[in-house]
Amino acid sequence: MATYVAPIPQVSASRAQRQASGWTSWITTTDHKRIGIMYMVTTFVFFCLGGVEALMMRLQLGAPNNTLVTPAVYNQLFTMHGTTMVFLFVVPMFAGLANYFLPLMIGARDMAFPRLNALSFWLLLAGGVVFYASIFFNPPEAGWTSYAPLSNANFSPSGGQDAWIYLIHLTGLSSILGAINFYATIANMRARGMSWGRLPLFIWAILTYSVLIIFAMPVIAAAVTLLLTDRHFGTHFYDPANGGSPLLWQNLFWFFGHPEVYIMVLPGFGIVSEILPVFARKPIFGYKAIAAATVAIAFLGFLTWAHHMFTAPIPEAILVFVMLSSYFIAVPTGVKILNWIATLWRGTIEFKTPLLFCAGFIALFLIGGISGVFLATFPVDWQLNETYFVVAHLHFVLMGGSVFTIFAAIYYWFPKMTGRMLSEGLGRLSFVLMFVGFLTTFLIQHVIGLDGMPRRIYEYDNVGNLHLYNLISTVGSFILGLGVLVTIVNVARSVKVGVVAGPDPWKGNTLEWFTPSPPPQNNFDVIPVVRSAEPMKDIRREVQRRTTGADATGTATVPSGATQVGV
Amino acid sequence: MGHLLSTTLAFFTPLSGGSPNANEIDSLYKIVLVVALVVFVAVEGALVYALVRFRKRRGAVPAQIRGNTRLEVGWTVGAAVILIALAVITFVKLPAIQNPPNSGPNGDQLAGSGRVLYASSERKLPPNGKALNITVIGRQFIWQYVYPGANEPDGLGAPYSYEAMVVPTNTTVTLDIVASDVVHSWWIPELGGKFQAVPGYHNYTWFKIPKPGIYRGQCAVLCGRGHARMLATVRAVPPAQFDEWLAKQKREISEANAAAQAARAKLNGQTGAGQVENP
Repeated sequence: MATYVAPIPQVSASRAQRQASGWTSWITTTDHKRIGIMYMVTTFVFFCLGGVEALMMRLQLGAPNNTLVTPAVYNQLFTMHGTTMVFLFVVPMFAGLANYFLPLMIGARDMAFPRLNALSFWLLLAGGVVFYASIFFNPPEAGWTSYAPLSNANFSPSGGQDAWIYLIHLTGLSSILGAINFYATIANMRARGMSWGRLPLFIWAILTYSVLIIFAMPVIAAAVTLLLTDRHFGTHFYDPANGGSPLLWQNLFWFFGHPEVYIMVLPGFGIVSEILPVFARKPIFGYKAIAAATVAIAFLGFLTWAHHMFTAPIPEAILVFVMLSSYFIAVPTGVKILNWIATLWRGTIEFKTPLLFCAGFIALFLIGGISGVFLATFPVDWQLNETYFVVAHLHFVLMGGSVFTIFAAIYYWFPKMTGRMLSEGLGRLSFVLMFVGFLTTFLIQHVIGLDGMPRRIYEYDNVGNLHLYNLISTVGSFILGLGVLVTIVNVARSVKVGVVAGPDPWKGNTLEWFTPSPPPQNNFDVIPVVRSAEPMKDIRREVQRRTTGADATGTATVPSGATQVGV
Repeated sequence: MGHLLSTTLAFFTPLSGGSPNANEIDSLYKIVLVVALVVFVAVEGALVYALVRFRKRRGAVPAQIRGNTRLEVGWTVGAAVILIALAVITFVKLPAIQNPPNSGPNGDQLAGSGRVLYASSERKLPPNGKALNITVIGRQFIWQYVYPGANEPDGLGAPYSYEAMVVPTNTTVTLDIVASDVVHSWWIPELGGKFQAVPGYHNYTWFKIPKPGIYRGQCAVLCGRGHARMLATVRAVPPAQFDEWLAKQKREISEANAAAQAARAKLNGQTGAGQVENP
């Protein structure tokens, strides 16, 4: 064998790691801001796909007994639309916003687990891509609720249903990992002085969102796993002919499904609670009540699932209990709405686009909340359940609620993410089109439901005024679509030519406005000590005090800390 | 004017008018609607007022208020009180929606006498225990109705019909709703609420139609590609006419069965019965 050679001492220096650039810098990144942007761009693409599916459905329903699409295609459209909006847009869009702004708002340099964070995003993308790949084969067609036995192998043999299961698993895993990450970050990485009572309300909302995801997502994961084994491995969990139960699916699905509703709307509440005080130039009214209401809603949200099953064969005691718990959850929700209005009260409201979307949100969400009381009253629900009244209700809370707050967040935080302002003119145009389009589309759907039209039907006879009402709804949906398009144009344009924003264009209250726009990779060179729920107000006051004589009322006031950070 | 009012009201309320339970649901709905309108006007009004009145003006100074405990406790309690009131009203209204009344004096007098095939703790019967019980079977993509009055003691040979249900007027009809394949939902809007037909489960409802007429509805839970065409009608006819129809249905079914048997026997005679295995 080779003789032993004594090692020669040598000086070695590993090469400094080259900074990744171009697209590799994106796919290898663990920076929470870049991951956040990838989340937002990806989910917005899915939002557009889901929107196109919605418009195709509205086109089909624009005329009675229309033959534009076949029944199979129509079923595929609403299945893809619902699944996309819930699992590939609203939930992950909020995850994206939280990814970007949670560390900035609590004064951290990144998330607690940066690589896990990247994994969350790639799982989401994988789930979405596999799901959408099914459109080249057989898309799923059992609805986003995929009730068993319809979703079982003998009634839905196509692989699309399996793509749907795959999507639920991957996006669910993505959400759970993300939620654990958010929770760990909030619990451990807050700036000095940021006690729970000084946590921004958006962060309170994300904390609650995370807890809800950690409790609710495993339930749907279990439910679809049982469906998967029923479909392929001969089990009979949902098969009544062999001792299984179709109601088990409904219970498991809605035990996840109702907390999911709050997963989709609480972060929106948080966004509104951040934006209103900034543009009313007034502190949030009842900080503690809003934080407490958020937690109360999350808890009660686990007790109301069976209100989706009021027409299923369930005992009367359950009907009564669930009606009461659903009523109770309206109390903290109503309290929040009143707190927001009280925040505007006696303020000096600047009508910038983010505020418009927030005000639109309050107006629309209130309608959705009120129609929810009708649906929670179970004898009334016996008439309204599974009709267009429910479609209207869920879009008022989910589109009026979540989507309007997402648009508010885009307009509010775009300057921070890109360093440039979005155009106010296009923003206002987009808001007006979306608001008017939304009301035109969905107000009339209450009446369509009251007139007896069930949801998820590809054609209807022209009984009464159904043609007219559906046509109004279809026209509205295209106005709504146009409004979304205007924001897309606005974003595409402003990224390049928008007015340079500076670190704090809105004179915000929270720490993300302390650092330059866009923030450097380490977020902050100096992390300030937090002394209240509105740290930026304190910092601006301090800057003003030290530079006496300077004009502190101008919007371009730059905090002293921030000027040193951006290098 | 009265017509305009009723048309406007119909615009904002669910369909009703076929059966007392539908009417009771409609009146409960109207109570909720009134409360909802008051809340809607008050809150949207406050929002719009705040947006207009407190928009940024020269010289205006925002009031730095962080909350008001008494006000906040007040509106929390206020919201709770409204909802408790609605809950109480619902419970008051509930019996009239859920519990079927006795059949009218000019209803089908045979109804209920030994016609209940099996009892359940969750099925509600009229006070006198007499109702015409029809089993509603949901299947892709048609409704089947099985009426009492089986020809044979084991319950076989019961008269049935598809899609169009025929019932006597002024008679309490209880429905036993089941499904044979996937989940469906029975719904005739003017005859009361909808109830899921779930394979392996029984679900129950009732109606009582005072005057002859045709009431339309359709399956309300997605059940596959034919969901939109899974229609149902209920035709209410005077009791005498119903008895006639039921007898005719029974006769036709047994005639058809007999004809089928004869045809089968003839076919077997030609091809050789029991020889299928060894052609």
